[in-house]
Amino acid sequence: MPRRELLRVEGREQVGLYTLLRLERGGVDPGIPGQFFMLEAPGRLLPRALSLCLAPPGELAFLVDPVGPGTEALCALAKGDAIHVFGPLGNGFRLDVERPLLVGGGIGIAPLPYLAETLRFPPTVLGFRSAAHAEAAALLPGAEVVVDPVLVTDCALERHDVLACGPEPMLHAVARICPGAQLAWEAPMACGYGACYGCAVDIAGELKRLCVEGPVLVAA
Amino acid sequence: MLLNASGCLDALTAPDVARSLDAFVTKTITPLPREGNAPPRIAETAHGLLNAIGLANPGRERFLADALPRLRELGLRLWISVGGFCAADYAETCALLEGVEAIELNLSCPNVDEAADSAAEIVAACRAATELPLYAKLSAAHPDVGAVARAVEDAGADGLSLVNTLRGLAVDPRTLRPALARAVGGLSGPTLKPVALAAVYACRAATRLPIVGMGGVTNARDVVEFVACGAQHVALGTVLFSDPDAPSRIRAELAVVQVDDTRVAETLREFGAEVVA
Repeated sequence: MPRRELLRVEGREQVGLYTLLRLERGGVDPGIPGQFFMLEAPGRLLPRALSLCLAPPGELAFLVDPVGPGTEALCALAKGDAIHVFGPLGNGFRLDVERPLLVGGGIGIAPLPYLAETLRFPPTVLGFRSAAHAEAAALLPGAEVVVDPVLVTDCALERHDVLACGPEPMLHAVARICPGAQLAWEAPMACGYGACYGCAVDIAGELKRLCVEGPVLVAA
Repeated sequence: MLLNASGCLDALTAPDVARSLDAFVTKTITPLPREGNAPPRIAETAHGLLNAIGLANPGRERFLADALPRLRELGLRLWISVGGFCAADYAETCALLEGVEAIELNLSCPNVDEAADSAAEIVAACRAATELPLYAKLSAAHPDVGAVARAVEDAGADGLSLVNTLRGLAVDPRTLRPALARAVGGLSGPTLKPVALAAVYACRAATRLPIVGMGGVTNARDVVEFVACGAQHVALGTVLFSDPDAPSRIRAELAVVQVDDTRVAETLREFGAEVVA
C-alpha cells in the first residue's frame, strides 16, 4: 500500500496559466512517471488526483490547472501550509521504449517533465489552446510547441513510440494515428485506489476502474 | 465493531485497509454481472459526495468462483452485500452463501430501479433460504423507517444497517446540466450524518435489533454519536475515499475519547478502544 503523509508546501510558481505546487517529499516515493497522487484539497471533502510533474531532490512538484474549487484551493496554498498526499497510485508509463516521442496537450503536459527526465529528454510535441497556456511549455525546454488551430496530430508522430497525455479528443486522435501508443487518461476519482468505482472508463468494451487499470493504457 | 460501508472499499485492491477493520463488507452482489452506470458517476457537493455507480459487480457466479475464494485467503471476517430486483434474486444468492459472517441485504440502492417486492417480503424469502445472520440495509428516505425496521424484524432479520445514501442531484456549473450521467445519484458523506443519526435513533426505539450505523462518519466523535443514538457497530464510507488510514486513526482517537454514559462507553470498548468513562 502506498503511503499517505502530511507534506509541507515548499513553494508555488506560476507557469503560464497553471501553478506548479512544490511539496517536501517526506517518505513518499515519487513512483514511475504517469503514476498519480491524491492531494488533499483544503476545505473540500475529497482529494484531487494529480500526476507527478517533477521530482527534484527532496521534493514532489505538481502542475495544477485551477478549474474548480478543489484545484483553486491547491493553487492558493502557500509555503509552510501542509496537505496530505497519498501515492504513488495506478500504473505509469512503460519506459522500455526504443524511439520515444512525448506528446502533451494542455494541462496534460503535467506528467511529461518527469517522464522526459527519466527518458533522457526525448523529442516532445506539445499542443495548447492559447499562447498564454503555451507558456507552460517552459517546463519542457526544446519541445516543439503548437497552438490551436494547429494540433499535435498535425506533427509527424509516426515511426515513434508515442507516450501521450492530454484531453480525450487528443488521445483518441493519437490512438488512431499511433496504434500501440501509451496514453495517460483522466477521470474524476474519489479515492484513487480502487474503492469507489467512480473512475470507470470503457476499456476494450468493458467498464474498468482507471485508477487501478490505468491511468496509462496502451492504445488498441 | 468497525466495518466499511458496502461499496466503499475493495479488499482485493486494498487488503491492508480491509484488515484495519473488524469485518469487511463486500460491494453488492447481484445475480447477473452489472457494468454499472455510464460515467461520470461521481460528483463532489458542498459537504458530500454523489455517486451513481449502479451496483457494478461481476455477478454471483463469478463472485463465488473468483472473488470470494480470494477474499477468504485474506483471512477477513466477511459480510456479503446481496442485491437484486425481486425477492427470489436475493434469496437465491443467500442460499449459495456459506462460511461467511453475515449477509447484508441491500434493500435501498438509490441508483437502480427498486425491487418491486417490499423489504419485509425480501427478508422473509432470504430467511427461508439461509441461517446466516441477515442485516437489512434500509434507506432513510422512507417516511417511517422505524416501521420498516419492525417489519423486517418480524420477517426474520437479525440486524439493521442504517443508512444507505439518499437521492440527490448536482448541477455542473459550466453546462448547467446534471453533473452525473444518470442525473441523480446517492448522497453520502458528512452531509448525511444528521439524517443517519435520526434513522438509527428511530429504529433503536422501534426494535431491539443490533444496528450498524453509518452516514458521514469521519472521526471518533461521530462514532460516539452513532453509538449514543443506538448503534452497536459503525461503518465507514466516504471517509475511506479521502483517508484510507481512517480506521486506524479513528481507533486511536477512540482510545482517548471521554464518555460519561456507561452504556455508550461499554459499547465503544467493543471497538477495541480504551475508553475513559
